[in-house]
Amino acid sequence: MEVQDKVIKLVSEATKMDAANISINTTFVDDLNLDSLDMVELMMKMEDEFGVEIPEDETENLKSIGDVVNYLKTKSH
Amino acid sequence: MQLQRVAVTGLGAICGLGNTLDEVWANALAGKPGISKLEKQDTTDWPVTFGGEVKNFKLSEDLMPLKDQERFDLFNHFALHAGSAAIKQAGISKDTYESTRIGIIFGTGLGGFPHIEMHHKTYLEKGFRRISPFFIPSVIPNMAPGLLSIHYGFRGLNYSIASACASSAHAIGAAATEIMLGRQDAMITGGTEAVITPYTIGGFASMKALSKRNEEPARASRPFDVDRDGFVMGEGAGIIVLENYEKAKARGARIIAEVVGWGATSDSYHITAPHPEGEGTIPCMQQALAQAGIARELVGYINAHGTSTPQGDIAETNAIKRVFGDHAKKLAVSSTKSMTGHLLGAAGGLESIFCIKALETGMLPPTINLEKQDPQCDLDYVANNSRKADIQYAMNNSFGFGGTNSSTIFKKA
Repeated sequence: MEVQDKVIKLVSEATKMDAANISINTTFVDDLNLDSLDMVELMMKMEDEFGVEIPEDETENLKSIGDVVNYLKTKSH
Repeated sequence: MQLQRVAVTGLGAICGLGNTLDEVWANALAGKPGISKLEKQDTTDWPVTFGGEVKNFKLSEDLMPLKDQERFDLFNHFALHAGSAAIKQAGISKDTYESTRIGIIFGTGLGGFPHIEMHHKTYLEKGFRRISPFFIPSVIPNMAPGLLSIHYGFRGLNYSIASACASSAHAIGAAATEIMLGRQDAMITGGTEAVITPYTIGGFASMKALSKRNEEPARASRPFDVDRDGFVMGEGAGIIVLENYEKAKARGARIIAEVVGWGATSDSYHITAPHPEGEGTIPCMQQALAQAGIARELVGYINAHGTSTPQGDIAETNAIKRVFGDHAKKLAVSSTKSMTGHLLGAAGGLESIFCIKALETGMLPPTINLEKQDPQCDLDYVANNSRKADIQYAMNNSFGFGGTNSSTIFKKA
């Protein structure tokens, strides 16, 4: 599965939103209405899924699905 | 200072007897045991494998979005479920009164044990970095009134009381006092508890407090019977809406009953054993009678603490006899824990509801499994079958570890 599809699947499971309504442009705060606690939990799930450690100061820059996908791609190279 | 009268206008309940108050009350009057083998967890090596477990329950997504449901521990779900039923019956919203004059006080003895144990496992396996940010919000006892206030927009006082098995009885007393003093116009109160877990079952079993009748769950909770061997853990919630009587009347609310007296004392004796002479519970019941301003002969029914422990049932019986004198033999006393198990911090909420329903319907719920009455327990315990009774006042007793006591008197509307 592509990184993008995996991220969307994880976000869909965490938010109980239909994956069909989540795209690369979907933002966490404005579109998905996630608060700071939701974001911490979501980043934990990302870390587990992709076997990476996302430092706290990095998470502040991850505002959309696309941001997360790009970040994960740079980490895996 | 003239105290305000306190009306009961809404009730909601969930426990092993059913997931709605109608179901709970019908089963209580039918004398059905709400106690069975635990089904939600693997209890293979547990010392006790049964309880008053709530079955087939799922919180409505209208009360909590699906994504939050797994984050918040079960006692929060029960509180929202029973609380919404009580609020619906009362017919109040944040606009009924000034929203800062609608408050919530719930009793919860232990809080989020299931999630504490679950997150502890995660910590041991994966370390600090995997402790969920929702762990603390999930388990703190006052999150139940917090979630209810957020859902309904009630901005009055909001807190939880922890006094073990007297928690929700104290909550009702404290909530009624807020209305009596004119500080709040409506209060959502009672309590919630959901702690059927390895640690709590193991802890209470180590204290030798639990019945070990694993082969006969339905017959295990048998208050006042010679063969009782401890209490049975239950779970659930009992939530009550209280209002300023005159204001409730003015808005045309149906008044179900009144709260007229509350007593609260401590034994100052032992961490878990009741005072054998009732040095704490006797003045507790007397305080409630004094605040109600009624002759003791007017109390027709007592919903006893009656946990089915060898010592507790005798101590409470003796205390009732001391408080009520000759009338003790005439009034009816029952322990509905025989059917629900012991809801710990939620017991006083649920059992106050049984008192209120007894006043409303003229029917007394029984003490089931009372096959051979303990000679030292020699009152009328409404053995095994519910019955009609025209009562004007009913009293709920709730006592907790730490030697804390609460007695509340309700009056027929």
